[in-house]
Amino acid sequence: MNTHNAYRQGFPLATALTALVLFMLVAGSARAELLIRITEGADSAIPIAVVPFAESGAMPAGDKVSSIVQANLTMSGEFRPLEPSRMLSLPAQRSEVYFRDWRMLGQRYVLVGQLNRSGDRIEARYELFDVNREQRILGETAGASVNSVRTLAHHISDRVYEAITGDPGVFSTKLAYITLNRTGNDTRYRLQVSDLDGKRARVRLESQEPILSPAWSPDGKQLAYVSFETGKPVVFTHELATGERKKAADFPGLNSAPAWSPDGKSLLLTLSKDGNAEIYRLDIASGNLTRLTNHWAIDTEGAWDHTGKGIFFTSDRSGGPQIYHMERLGAEPKRITFGSRYNARARPDAKGEYVYYVHQRNRAFHIARINLKSGEESVITRTESDESPSVSPNGRMLIYATQRNGTSVLTVVSANGGAAYSLPAADGDVREPAWGPIVR
Amino acid sequence: MKFSVQSKAFAMLLSVGLVAGCSSTGDTMEDGTYGSDVAAIDQEGGSTVYGGMDGEGVSSSDLSDDQRQAAQQEAEQVALRNITVFYFDFDTSEIKQEARDVLIAHARFLADNPRQNVRLEGHTDERGTKEYNLALGERRASAIQRFLIVNGASRGQLETVSYGEEKPAVHGSSESAWAQNRRVELVFQ
Repeated sequence: MNTHNAYRQGFPLATALTALVLFMLVAGSARAELLIRITEGADSAIPIAVVPFAESGAMPAGDKVSSIVQANLTMSGEFRPLEPSRMLSLPAQRSEVYFRDWRMLGQRYVLVGQLNRSGDRIEARYELFDVNREQRILGETAGASVNSVRTLAHHISDRVYEAITGDPGVFSTKLAYITLNRTGNDTRYRLQVSDLDGKRARVRLESQEPILSPAWSPDGKQLAYVSFETGKPVVFTHELATGERKKAADFPGLNSAPAWSPDGKSLLLTLSKDGNAEIYRLDIASGNLTRLTNHWAIDTEGAWDHTGKGIFFTSDRSGGPQIYHMERLGAEPKRITFGSRYNARARPDAKGEYVYYVHQRNRAFHIARINLKSGEESVITRTESDESPSVSPNGRMLIYATQRNGTSVLTVVSANGGAAYSLPAADGDVREPAWGPIVR
Repeated sequence: MKFSVQSKAFAMLLSVGLVAGCSSTGDTMEDGTYGSDVAAIDQEGGSTVYGGMDGEGVSSSDLSDDQRQAAQQEAEQVALRNITVFYFDFDTSEIKQEARDVLIAHARFLADNPRQNVRLEGHTDERGTKEYNLALGERRASAIQRFLIVNGASRGQLETVSYGEEKPAVHGSSESAWAQNRRVELVFQ
């Protein structure tokens, strides 16, 4: 397959798409999967006992629901689940929970549950207890098909997380990222979507030319990205369910840095059709373009702020790349980063508290964040070739790309930098993570 | 760096320039008079070689000097045009001093050959963000484009594309790799 040639020779889009789809089927999904490695835990993590769920009826092979929940909570960096081998009893419901035992084990919360199979569905009943207060704080049922045990486990993880922290869980959200494999002269870029733990990865687009900057639509149904498959950067939108793709921007020069508006109706884009890199807003339905920046410097990497009315962007109008905030579209931009000569690619959290970005210090590139109220800038990663920060929808975790042993891997950290786990590709580089939205 | 623009240009000038200078003027020369003879011809101003052909002494000698000079200049231009990769410092799109003569040679050639098109491919090193680098690669390509236009090429001949950090010339994370990757490549089409 060669999408590049297909386009150049003027084949209709449909032919090229067929070629793509065929290739996607061929691509092995196991090879596409990321591995998970927990590298450090936070000291402040909350002790919780996730008791292996009781089971009635045949359960599908593979990871157990309670094991996935336990792994999820560990991954968040905010919990320290108890090893099941250390548990004194394995309760499955309220009447079997002896709070004294769990207090003795130093646990603050206990999750118990049972799974029942009926036909090709699995029903889960689960309860969460506060050990100190000896109270049940959650008691629910949820069901899924036998093929979707992971979906069920992620849902339970989200409910537990929210019951304890007050913030919505993000374990059901998806990650989009780009993998890159070089074998001899053959280079393969693959746009993939997976669960947060790298499982259930699927290749959505494969090309011999670069694919960049995946961005989620707010409903989680589409991705926008930059693809060089026609020989130059073009922004596409891609409907995940159908695989249908549309060219969103194919102007002379740069077409890059797509970012969806919170209402899903428009895209921020960086275009250079009027001379140099400027940020525009594209109304998707009408195709109308509104130019938002006007400066001889590079203006790029637009991102909507939490109000959905203003944008952050990168500009080198001061001499090097710095982050600017335009409070209302068309307003005079204000520079917000001052800590070093290179600060770029702002990613604000959904609450308007912090903006995360790439920050150069002493020749190394880290992820830093700025507290928008105090203006305090702090470096939150210890790795040194860090790129592409993407904040979780609940603002409590951050994923970014970094180098390890000459290979690009993804790393997830808690937003204050405390805990971390990494997601290396089984093979090759993985980069440009984009954290998907919470889909209700 | 594999080679510097300066040193390569100089070497090309010496070799290609002199040889080409002979071959285009030395109509009466037989094959095999190149090589070490080239230096001798050069030193003596060409009169001994061309003398037999020209009937009128001084003026004809002047003419052949002019021809030779023109041919040599042409050869120099050809040699300069062998250089098609231009390097930049980190986070800049400033054309280096040593690249100017080479770019002027390219611009003249494009002016003389209006049907020749060139694709200017801008690149950056791997440091910094991908999207900023995409814009930076384009700014580098645009800087070269402007320079070529100012020196005679027409806009219609020049297409720019930026690959940002996606297509390094050299893989790796060393100063040397980075220096070779911050570049604009002229691809004649």
